[in-house]
Amino acid sequence: MTEAISVAGLSKSFGRTQALQGLDLSVGTGEVHGFLGPNGAGKTTTIRILLGLIRPDAGTARLLGGDPWSDATALHRRLAYVPGDVTLWPNLSGGEVIDLLGRLRGGLDPKRRADLLERFDLDPRKKARTYSKGNRQKVALVAALASDVELLILDEPTSGLDPLMEAAFRDVVREERRRGDRTVLLSSHVLSEVEALCDRITIIREGRTVESGTLADLRHLTRTTIQAELAGPVDGLATLPGIHALRAENHSVTFDVDTDALEPALRTLVGVGVRSLTSHPPTLEELFLRQYRKEQPR
Amino acid sequence: MTGTWQLIRLIVRRDRALLPLWAVVLGCVPAIYVSSFDSLFPTAADRLEYARVSAGNAGFVGLYGPLHGSSLGELVAWRGGFIPVMIALFSLLTVVRHTRTEEEAGRTELIGSGVVGRHAGLAAAVITTLGANVVLALILASLMTAQGLPAAGSAVLAAEFGLAGWIFTGVGAVAAQLAGGARTARSIAVIALGVAYVLRLAGDVSDTGSGTLGWLAWLSPIGWLQRMYPYGENRWWPAALAIVLTGLLVAGAAALAARRDVGAGLIAPRLGPAAASPALGGPFALAWRLHRGLLVGWIAGFAALGLVFGGVAQSVAELTDDNADMAEVFARMGGASGAVDNFFVATSGILGLIAAAYAVQATLRLRDEESTGHAEVVLATATARLRWIGSHLVFALAGPALALAAAGVVSGLTAGMSLGDVAGEFPGVLGGALAQVPAVWVLAALTVLLFGLLPRLAPAAWGVVAACFLLLLLGAALNLDQWVLDISPFTHVPRLPGGNVAAPPLVALTLVAAAMTAAGLAGFRRRDVPVL
Repeated sequence: MTEAISVAGLSKSFGRTQALQGLDLSVGTGEVHGFLGPNGAGKTTTIRILLGLIRPDAGTARLLGGDPWSDATALHRRLAYVPGDVTLWPNLSGGEVIDLLGRLRGGLDPKRRADLLERFDLDPRKKARTYSKGNRQKVALVAALASDVELLILDEPTSGLDPLMEAAFRDVVREERRRGDRTVLLSSHVLSEVEALCDRITIIREGRTVESGTLADLRHLTRTTIQAELAGPVDGLATLPGIHALRAENHSVTFDVDTDALEPALRTLVGVGVRSLTSHPPTLEELFLRQYRKEQPR
Repeated sequence: MTGTWQLIRLIVRRDRALLPLWAVVLGCVPAIYVSSFDSLFPTAADRLEYARVSAGNAGFVGLYGPLHGSSLGELVAWRGGFIPVMIALFSLLTVVRHTRTEEEAGRTELIGSGVVGRHAGLAAAVITTLGANVVLALILASLMTAQGLPAAGSAVLAAEFGLAGWIFTGVGAVAAQLAGGARTARSIAVIALGVAYVLRLAGDVSDTGSGTLGWLAWLSPIGWLQRMYPYGENRWWPAALAIVLTGLLVAGAAALAARRDVGAGLIAPRLGPAAASPALGGPFALAWRLHRGLLVGWIAGFAALGLVFGGVAQSVAELTDDNADMAEVFARMGGASGAVDNFFVATSGILGLIAAAYAVQATLRLRDEESTGHAEVVLATATARLRWIGSHLVFALAGPALALAAAGVVSGLTAGMSLGDVAGEFPGVLGGALAQVPAVWVLAALTVLLFGLLPRLAPAAWGVVAACFLLLLLGAALNLDQWVLDISPFTHVPRLPGGNVAAPPLVALTLVAAAMTAAGLAGFRRRDVPVL
């Protein structure tokens, strides 16, 4: 697999604030990559380094085979960027901004532009000063998605969109994914979105990479939640390795279990007699919470 | 009005450095004049001579206003005639900053959702600014009295200065309701101030000669206030007029505010085109879109200034005819043509400083674009940094030059036609205006330098413009050392028309500007964007 983005050991500080402390990120060509982290984790800083807007203190970053800082202009022809906090020139209309940004990148597809305007239900004649946050975001999204580029860098693109528009956005990204020739770096803290769209994800926290891999890879490392109604009281679960957050009440139990401890746990339950059982894989939400709660006192 | 008191405290807290800076400094300046005038003109005879020369110098009268006496107090009050304009400017900027700018940033909404009355934001901004002017007036009156000047005259002078601030507090409040954004609100209010100043200037300069246009000064609130004649007639009735006008303006602003929604202006936004025209295709085209309003506005404003300056030139020339007493003074100044030349040297100096304000404003657009996030969006496209910054600098450097040329052409033609000597007047007057260009560029270049190396400090360029203004206003009166005066690039501009066209200072200023611009560009290429 060729790499569209490869970042290793990236560090950056602003004054006394350490924004990045040895961050790694690797995005394969053609994949939709989720870039997850809480506010202030360093997502935007990483993206700005990739765009050659700021220079890292240490570490290496490669983008589409070039150096983000010294080859910035040439690389920018091949990518489109939607910032997290979209601000537009107040006296330009949305349509003008879309065309302008497209032309600054080297042109956009008029058919695709019209199609996207309709799907995002955006009136391009309004002056940017009258747009809401969500509508400004749509302007930037239309400009980026209608551009004929290899790489899309989207920084929390749905943070101002309503659920309907979020769905429209997901559809569009899924189409991009099916085309297979476009790489998407999608930074987000909307977990369901990343879960629904991304091939692989990287989770960062306080400027460091905590996890990286496919959703399946990450789930492998994690726990399943099991709720069961049993025929009688159960003993011995608590002493099994890999069981967490066990709550037993009369004949019902709820617990989290590590994937490799699943079999002995189920065997114990079956030994007592199972009346009903629900299990669900960890949502990304739970994954996320676990990662962020690490190192925090309970 | 609920919550006004808390909001006033918020404003005072946020502006704890800014408010005292202008309220105290401008309140102290006239007191500095007193000792300097006292030592420069120790006897009554000295002062009378100075007053005679000054009252007939149209450039001085244009800048400071009419002079009607020769007592120490009158000389100081006259020489401080530009200070009310600066007080008015700071007052209107303060009001807009705490009304419209807040609204644009979305903070008004946040505050408005709390237990705060509908008019509390406007009331707090207005009350704080009016209060700052009262403090300024009190400082001024007590310092002047402490220097031994008559208390009655000091009170009138303080009222004149403070009320200039009051009226334009009202103007700022109204402008903040009319516009859809802070930038437009500021422009409306500053234009109103500019018109008031130019009307006064035209009326007063005309009064030095034939006086046919003298009534113009009465159209300007600044003109009324100067007719309070502190330390002379000590008139109080223009103060009543000013207080009534302030009341009307503030009431008008409140009424307008009640009729509009938060975030909206009275001028409703129109729909724009659904697609960009083919011309809007690159960084330069974008810069043109962002700068064209400013450019057209400034060129029109400068042309209007040129019309006024050129129009009153005839009054200046007539001085000698009307006033036998002045003949000897005039002969020393080089006769009628010398007086006209002197006048245009003074107006060119004013034009240069105003053009510098435009240059700094246009250059700081770069910083605006950076802090709003627009720069990030553009620089993430295939636009190289130097192209982006260059496309803005074209307007920051050429814009003021064009504006100065417009003023020079219009005033040269008007003066030439009214004096019946276009060929004689035009080149000198135009040359005087254009000679300011390199000095203006130095200030633009300084702004670029700050933007490239210390972006957070870039707005400090405004402080440098203000310092150049103060050096122009105070320099001669305070008998400052030459090296202090030399700090301002405008000190090095050849005195045209009438003087020699000296190329070396113009070349040197241009080189300084080029070097600072280059350093700024190099810094910008290397630094992080955005620096917030």
